[in-house]
Amino acid sequence: MKLRHPTREVEVPGPISVVKLLNRLDLNRESVLLVRNGELVPGDAMLDDADLIEIRPVISGGAE
Amino acid sequence: MKCTVCREPAVIDLRRHNSNFCASHFTKFCRDQTQKAIDEFDMMTPADKVLVAVSGGKDSLAVWDILLDLGYAASGLYIGLGIGDYSDESKRYAREFAERRGAELIEIDLPAEYGYDIPEGSRAARRAPCSACGLSKRHLFDQAAVDGGFDVLVTGHNLDDEAAVLFGNVLHWQTEYLGRQHPVLPARHGFPRKVKPLVRLGEREMAAYCIVSGIDYIVDECPMAVGNKHIGYKNALNEIERTSPGTKADFYLSFLRKAASRFAGEAEESRDGLGACERCGAPSTADVCAFCRLVERATSARQPVELTRKGS
Ligand code: SF4
Ligand SMILES: [Zn+2]
Ligand SMILES: [Zn+2]
Repeated sequence: MKLRHPTREVEVPGPISVVKLLNRLDLNRESVLLVRNGELVPGDAMLDDADLIEIRPVISGGAE
Repeated sequence: MKCTVCREPAVIDLRRHNSNFCASHFTKFCRDQTQKAIDEFDMMTPADKVLVAVSGGKDSLAVWDILLDLGYAASGLYIGLGIGDYSDESKRYAREFAERRGAELIEIDLPAEYGYDIPEGSRAARRAPCSACGLSKRHLFDQAAVDGGFDVLVTGHNLDDEAAVLFGNVLHWQTEYLGRQHPVLPARHGFPRKVKPLVRLGEREMAAYCIVSGIDYIVDECPMAVGNKHIGYKNALNEIERTSPGTKADFYLSFLRKAASRFAGEAEESRDGLGACERCGAPSTADVCAFCRLVERATSARQPVELTRKGS
């Protein structure tokens, strides 16, 4: 599947759940949201090979 | 996964609340949490004239959206910081949002009106970029709120921001800052009242709010923020949150309930003896306030620039 933000291609065969995908990529669920084909999906959603996935980081850094 | 309220398919799971929500119950959840913070800390009423400090990021646009939905007459204030593409793009998001909601957006442009941008100002004043930026923004927000007759200045600081600041203050036992860390700062000495209505909502929730509400915001990070301590503290807290959901909220909200008042005395002392800056009239402990000194240093190598805001 294709991942955006940052844009990269990783070979992860679907179907796979959001939680499993994030674990696989070693990402913390507290720090990202998963957007599939433009829609927000929860942790147990199953992702398919054809899906366009955005893993959106949610942590912003300004100290002010 | 189904919505805890209506059993329709959920779009988000909030482990800390043991809940899952569909889009409409999630937006309601965010509004309710915001209203709860407003009530709990006596932040404001719909009779107040409200100014929201808007950066074009998720938090400030979300809080503005929620306040408009809750019936507050809230205007936005955007400050152009002159941070390259980041500033151009964030301004576009702020304008788009204001237009879509038919809300007033006040704009101040640091380079055009004060003659410096954040990268220059930070170099000239030998301050970290976020320190020069924070100083500039605080001053301009205060001034705009007072000039515009606003009762209250709203910022988009969320639970993660406040927990990270608390974490940093505790690690170094900055007791004076601990005494001041409250989601409401009362108006005094020419400062507007300042409130943080998102303190019960996390960063992940605010990003989700924007996505489900169709609010476009600047996702890319400010280039000046890279590698700052604050992000490190957030990541450290999120590592704990990963295995113990609810820890961040408990850390910060229990601090407010159980510990903050113990440090209040220290904050009081350091706020005493505020006079007025002899150049701009803003409250200051020195003859010339930190903002006016920053402007002076940042512009002294170049053309002399008027120290007051053009047109006021
Ligand atoms: S990250 Fe720092 S420099 Fe960038 S906008 Fe935030 S406070 Fe300003
Ligand atoms: Zn629902
Ligand atoms: Zn001054």
